[in-house]
Amino acid sequence: MSAHHEHHAADGHDADHDGGAPHSTLGGYATGFVLSVILTAIPFALVMGHVIADPAWASLALLSLAAVQIVVHMVYFLHMNARAEGGWSLLALLFTAALVVITLSGSLWVMYHMNHNMMPTMHQMHEMP
Amino acid sequence: MSDSIASTAGQLPLATAAAGHPSGGSVDRTRFHVLHHHPENGTLLGFWLYLMSDCLLFACLFAAYAVLGRNYAAGPTGAQLFNLPVVALNTTFLLLSSITYGFAMLESQRKRVGATLVWLAVTALFGAGFLTLELGEFAELIEKGAGPQRSAFLSSFFTLVGTHGLHVTFGMVWLFTLMVQLARHGLTAANRRRLMCLSMFWHFLDVVWIGVFTFVYLMGVLP
Amino acid sequence: MGEPSNLQTLLLGRLGWDAIPIHEPILVGTFVAVALGGLAVLAALTRFRLWGPLWRDWVTSIDHKRIGIMYMVFGVVMLLRGFSDAVLMRAQQAVSFGSSHGFLPPHHYDQIFTAHGMIMIFFVAMPFVVGLMNFVVPLQIGARDVAFPWLNNFSFWMTVFGGVLVMISLFVGEFARTGWLAYPPLSGIEFSPDVGVDYYIWSLQIAGVGTLLSGVNLITTIVKMRAPGMTLMKMPVFTWTALCSNILIVASFPVLTAALALLSLDRYAGTHFFTNELGGNAMMYVNLIWIWGHPEVYILVLPVFGVFSEVVATFCGKKLFGYSSMVYATVVITILSYLVWLHHFFTMGSGASVNSFFGITTMIISIPTGAKIFNWLFTMYRGRIRFEVPMLWTVGFMVTFVIGGMTGVMLAVPPADFVLHNSLFLIAHFHNVIIGGVVFGCMAGINYWFPKAFGYRLDPVWGKRSFWFWLVGFWVAFTPLYVLGLMGVTRRLNHFDDPSLQIWFQVAAAGAVLIALGIGCFLVQLVVSWQKREELRDHTGDPWGGRTLEWSTASPPPDYNFAFTPMVHDSDAWADMKRHGYVRPLEGFVPIHMPRNTGAGFVIAALSAACGFALIWHMWIPAALAFVAMLTAIIVHTFNYDRDYHIPAEDVIRTEDQRTRMLAQHV
Repeated sequence: MSAHHEHHAADGHDADHDGGAPHSTLGGYATGFVLSVILTAIPFALVMGHVIADPAWASLALLSLAAVQIVVHMVYFLHMNARAEGGWSLLALLFTAALVVITLSGSLWVMYHMNHNMMPTMHQMHEMP
Repeated sequence: MSDSIASTAGQLPLATAAAGHPSGGSVDRTRFHVLHHHPENGTLLGFWLYLMSDCLLFACLFAAYAVLGRNYAAGPTGAQLFNLPVVALNTTFLLLSSITYGFAMLESQRKRVGATLVWLAVTALFGAGFLTLELGEFAELIEKGAGPQRSAFLSSFFTLVGTHGLHVTFGMVWLFTLMVQLARHGLTAANRRRLMCLSMFWHFLDVVWIGVFTFVYLMGVLP
Repeated sequence: MGEPSNLQTLLLGRLGWDAIPIHEPILVGTFVAVALGGLAVLAALTRFRLWGPLWRDWVTSIDHKRIGIMYMVFGVVMLLRGFSDAVLMRAQQAVSFGSSHGFLPPHHYDQIFTAHGMIMIFFVAMPFVVGLMNFVVPLQIGARDVAFPWLNNFSFWMTVFGGVLVMISLFVGEFARTGWLAYPPLSGIEFSPDVGVDYYIWSLQIAGVGTLLSGVNLITTIVKMRAPGMTLMKMPVFTWTALCSNILIVASFPVLTAALALLSLDRYAGTHFFTNELGGNAMMYVNLIWIWGHPEVYILVLPVFGVFSEVVATFCGKKLFGYSSMVYATVVITILSYLVWLHHFFTMGSGASVNSFFGITTMIISIPTGAKIFNWLFTMYRGRIRFEVPMLWTVGFMVTFVIGGMTGVMLAVPPADFVLHNSLFLIAHFHNVIIGGVVFGCMAGINYWFPKAFGYRLDPVWGKRSFWFWLVGFWVAFTPLYVLGLMGVTRRLNHFDDPSLQIWFQVAAAGAVLIALGIGCFLVQLVVSWQKREELRDHTGDPWGGRTLEWSTASPPPDYNFAFTPMVHDSDAWADMKRHGYVRPLEGFVPIHMPRNTGAGFVIAALSAACGFALIWHMWIPAALAFVAMLTAIIVHTFNYDRDYHIPAEDVIRTEDQRTRMLAQHV
């Protein structure tokens, strides 16, 4: 019966293509792993060896390294690229990244100002009229 | 995750069918219909969208830690509590589990069920090591009187790191379930999709951990 | 938790006979009515042997159309609950002046306004818009179901069981007395030690999972399953707004989950996120909850903007004016909705720079919304307008919503907000946009798509009565609140001393009665239409002269929606097909691949509600058991690989031939 035939044809097709799933390679994983090891080792060394004295610069260095490592993981482990799922995966990722930045920086900004205005230090309270 | 109803295939225009049945008249039926339409499978995209939402959940926990993480309430600070060598070891475990999962994926592409299962088991082993170290760290902190009830800093620390640990735990449950399913049904299309989803989940947890060790542990011990 | 607990507390927690509110006559009366009504329904189901069909065709159904209909039914049921809360509040405020204290003590009144707000948003508005999207989107994009049909069923039942927990709180224990967003420290364990806030938390968490998964599902459906030829800029506007709304759901509901989870940790585990001591900061909760809360507003209103766009184009008989500007406006609103959350707490004290930023972003968001209004107006301009019921709701919306939007822009100005915040002006404003926007939109959508869902139109006479009672009732009920708010009357009060205010509250109560008549007319409309269903029957599948694909198939559509997947050439695909001399195919049918029904979603959702109930009452052993059972059910479900089947070609031929005969009889 033709119905039966088509069912199998569809399944066979499915088995070959995996719904557009990315094809992983040993080289990709190895590159990602080596880069990750390096990008993990550096920040631990920076902090455990007290390399950067100024905490602000140290934080900046740590956050930049983390950002680079996240990109490495996205590219080599999560196979992120502009073609996956017709670009929708990358679009979703960028949108999410923007919202993460808004949530984090917005919360910090809002709460910092609120604490500053609403929870004055003892010193400021003495100066109040 | 549920599997999508449709399978992947191209679209066949109706031309052949219409040619066989001239009753369509002068109107060109191919303009209005296709005979077969199989939309692409949506499982991987759907799971990715779920991961994005999970990412925003973590963003909130990070925001809570960012805002409350220095409210020590005269209690212990991160610099006093965190044991960086243990964290480094933990990070290593998670990183190794990522690459071993990658090996499992490579074996699955070669259609070798046995080797895939072996690498998944190794991944589970590293995951278990990670959880053991983390639980040990938690127990030690609580014993020292630095439990989640001690200060807002410790509340947000335990919640953020604990939520990540909970995700790893569920990832392990999923891993074991999937190993049984692979052993039973082999590398069918559905199982390979599931393997792919768990792969995304596992690597995603690794990405979150980058944020945790940088933002919580390393920046937490800075003066 | 410190004391040694015996078996009984591990099993029953704090649940005891004193949790049943037998001393509250209103609740006892309600309970008796609900119990009798429930028994009558159960008896009827048994009498007419409907248990089997109910389970097979509805509860376990993964058909997006049936799930959509069930969402709407659930929304109507919860609307009745939420509206009775509203009537109680209006009545209380109308009589509670001077020496009279009305019939609701503060303890009860506080639960009522909390339940009203929370139910109306989460269990009325959300099911309505999710239900409409569920029913319409796959039909509009020429698909046979959603991307994850099983997940759709599961999402629905999670939403329902969240609502069930709220309803249980009426009769077992009590509900939160904190206001609909449960701000700490009031909602913390110190000031709300009872079960009310726990009911609130767990019902929202359970329903939230359902909503989130439904969002993932519909995005994937729209991205992956559009008919060939339907590029993004050829998608119907309703589908566009549904896409944006679901993106907002996926991107904002995790924030709600996180905020509520932190609150529950404070309550259950003694942490200090939002407490007053040991470094906690209650304002962080307010910050987080509004990062979810503002996008939520657009989750509700964007899809109804889509409904109005469809209705206007259909009943004016022309293409929507400015299709692409409509799409861009929707996308801009989607993004901007993440940049305005602080306008909900200007007065919390972030200072001038922060308040200015969020005030300005809020005002900017009114620009794309205004563009939409003009698009609808220009569509009507020189159109051949038919004032059918959906169109009436649309016009009523345009007038009402614009005024609500303008009071919103007023509140967006921080100095004005310092005067008006927490007053009845705010209450009037958001009811103005939510009733005038979301409720009117859902009513338009229900009247518009009802014939598609059931095969007969809704009776227009009762529909018009319902519309006019709603419209007039809304203005009579809420104009007094604007006035009172400008006078400085704050919200959430159950007693007033100044007798000069009473007349305004009495007018508002009269407005609530008019709205009650509007709801009554809607229910009558449903019954009357069913009685006159042969007269109102839609034989063509296209009762209004529609423009999008859902009107190209039968009413109600067959299980598989389309015998052949349509090919799309235009954003108004069906109008385009009609223009090009479309002829319904009569042969060449092939078997159709469809998903299979399953009861797994219902079972897992029920177990999660059981787990939630046990957690609310601190019944640790049942909670653990229910959790393990839920996890087991999920794992067992993943072992089911047999999830679809083919509808044989003979069945398709039979269904289509039936329709051919029916069309022939009624031409």
